[in-house]
Amino acid sequence: MSFKGSLLALAATALVALPASAEPVKIGMITTLSGPAGYLGQDIRDGFKLAMEMEGGTLGGVPAELIVEDDGLKPGNGRQIAERLITNEGVKLFTGIVFSNVAGATVPDIVDSGAFYLSPNAGPSNLAGKGCHENYFVVSWQNDSLHESAGQNATNLGYKSAFVLAPNYQAGKDAIAGFKRYFKGDIVGEIYTSLDQTDFAAEMAQIRAAKPEAVFQFHPGGLGIAFLRQYQQAGLAETVPMVVAAPSMDGVTLAAVGDAALGLNVSSHWNSDFDNPANAAFMKAWTAAYDRPATYYASQGYDTALAMASALKATGGSLDDPAAFREALRKADFASVRGKFAFGPNQHPVQNWYALKVEKGADGKPVLKTVGQVFEDRGDTYAAECKM
Amino acid sequence: MTLFLEQLLNGMQLGVTLFLLAAGLTLIFGIMGVINLAHGSIYMIGAYAGTYVAATTGSFLLGIPAGLAAAALTGIAVEFLVVRQLYDRDHLDQVLATFGLILIFNQAITMIFGRQPLFVGLPEALSGSVELLPGLFYPLYRLAIIAVGLLVAVGLYLLINRTRVGMLVRAGSTNREMVRALGVDIRLLYTAVFALGALLAGLAGYMAGPILAVQVGMGEQILITTFVVVVIGGVGSVKGAFYASLLLGVTDTALRAYLPGLLRQVMVGPEADALGAGISSMGIYLLMAIVLLIRPKGLFAGST
Repeated sequence: MSFKGSLLALAATALVALPASAEPVKIGMITTLSGPAGYLGQDIRDGFKLAMEMEGGTLGGVPAELIVEDDGLKPGNGRQIAERLITNEGVKLFTGIVFSNVAGATVPDIVDSGAFYLSPNAGPSNLAGKGCHENYFVVSWQNDSLHESAGQNATNLGYKSAFVLAPNYQAGKDAIAGFKRYFKGDIVGEIYTSLDQTDFAAEMAQIRAAKPEAVFQFHPGGLGIAFLRQYQQAGLAETVPMVVAAPSMDGVTLAAVGDAALGLNVSSHWNSDFDNPANAAFMKAWTAAYDRPATYYASQGYDTALAMASALKATGGSLDDPAAFREALRKADFASVRGKFAFGPNQHPVQNWYALKVEKGADGKPVLKTVGQVFEDRGDTYAAECKM
Repeated sequence: MTLFLEQLLNGMQLGVTLFLLAAGLTLIFGIMGVINLAHGSIYMIGAYAGTYVAATTGSFLLGIPAGLAAAALTGIAVEFLVVRQLYDRDHLDQVLATFGLILIFNQAITMIFGRQPLFVGLPEALSGSVELLPGLFYPLYRLAIIAVGLLVAVGLYLLINRTRVGMLVRAGSTNREMVRALGVDIRLLYTAVFALGALLAGLAGYMAGPILAVQVGMGEQILITTFVVVVIGGVGSVKGAFYASLLLGVTDTALRAYLPGLLRQVMVGPEADALGAGISSMGIYLLMAIVLLIRPKGLFAGST
């Protein structure tokens, strides 16, 4: 090779290499930041950012740029933002959506465009089974699994009858279906509340009249705070124990509800007291960075960033070969704050589920304590239907 | 039977909360001809200010003046700075401007308090429930809300029908130009009415705090229902707002409580529940449609 030729070759490699080093990987985060459920998206975003900051603004050593957009809990908004980011910004990697109805409208468009989507929260049933997609990964859970663990927990606790309540939308229906699948007792009442409802007095009266042994309810975010508080005010907290899945009792809800939550049975895939090195590092960094309790939303945002980082590291930050990126993601080669973590055949998590209980902590404030295990290495009900 | 009575009380409690909001809204709409979308934000501000003071001082009572004052002052500021420029504009401009206020207030609250809901406990004296009839337990705090709401209704009735200010308000809602022509300082009256409306909204917000979550956007959730009340009751009519609030509160509660059960008699369980939930969340709008069909100007249009 002549001197000129080698110079040319050098220039060519530099040109190829330049975009990778100079231009960071763009990550589109479409999440819910406004309205009553705004703190969910905020925690996912901050958990994700924390993982990036701990690696000096990179993901797996690859410089990354996070573009955060607020969907305002409106499916139409989510879809528009995704379209804009794909066409104008050339984003090929997405995450962030909190709510199943937004995910249902937005995710198909993203993956059909050839981009990747990693869910840090919503895992609706219609995208887990027949509607699964090779570019769609869920780091959090499949919606039903949350509530199946609550159903199993209620069965383990020996309750013979239950009253179930959830908002009238996809995730609410998944919740009740999931709970019923693993609860062996009778369902003595079933109510679908409205998603913007904040007063549950009518429902409380019906619960009292039905005299169930336990109540299962799914009300994420501010709805859950209102529900629990009214549950206590109605005098039901002392008489009818409640079994819930993680979304109805996160760190923020707990701080807001206070003593009204004591004795509550929760089932979850993560809790702040998990004893593993990854979680210890996460909790330490979170407590140092933010003066608010770490919710499982934050842990999921953090895990999503780690999952992305593992795949970006393997491909050297390139998304040009989707098959290679996909393969790298599937390995789930990262230390999850939950401990054991793997992707199942439909690229949804296979993980352990734990029983938690709200108890008085050392400082007298109620805390979530891990008291046992509900499921081990559990995938989801829809995995078998997924043909990829 | 006790269940029915309990649901009736629940309906009344929702009704009086709606009334506190709707009374101000209907007066502002009826007298000034202004569609004030920011009314829900004032409800939120009352809730935040009151709850913040109550949480820092630990006294529920101290929260009341704080919430009321914050709401009334915000109301005066909004009237003075924004709404005053809009009296002669058409409704679209007013909707745009007050919608802008919603965004500003929501963002301001987010910046001051963050996105996480605030918490205030029930006052010690009002926590727990009382046995009204054998087997009928009802939370004391909700009873207190009903009592306060009814007291405010009586107070408003006296204010509007027995005082000189009330006379001007009544005159203003029927014929604005004539009141102005008679030499009444209509500007002062407007500001006073706006402040009164804001005060009531703040009261509703603060009282709702311990029951609901005090959070950004709480005003918009209830604002639409409040507009339904105003439309059903007849624009400008406080009496109409009172009856419409109670009607709507009871209807909404009754539909939510009994419709799925009734549907279950003729359908399979889960479908009945889903359909029942769907229809009951439409219930108040259906009610509004029916009222508008029969009385296009609302139930009590033209009278206060």
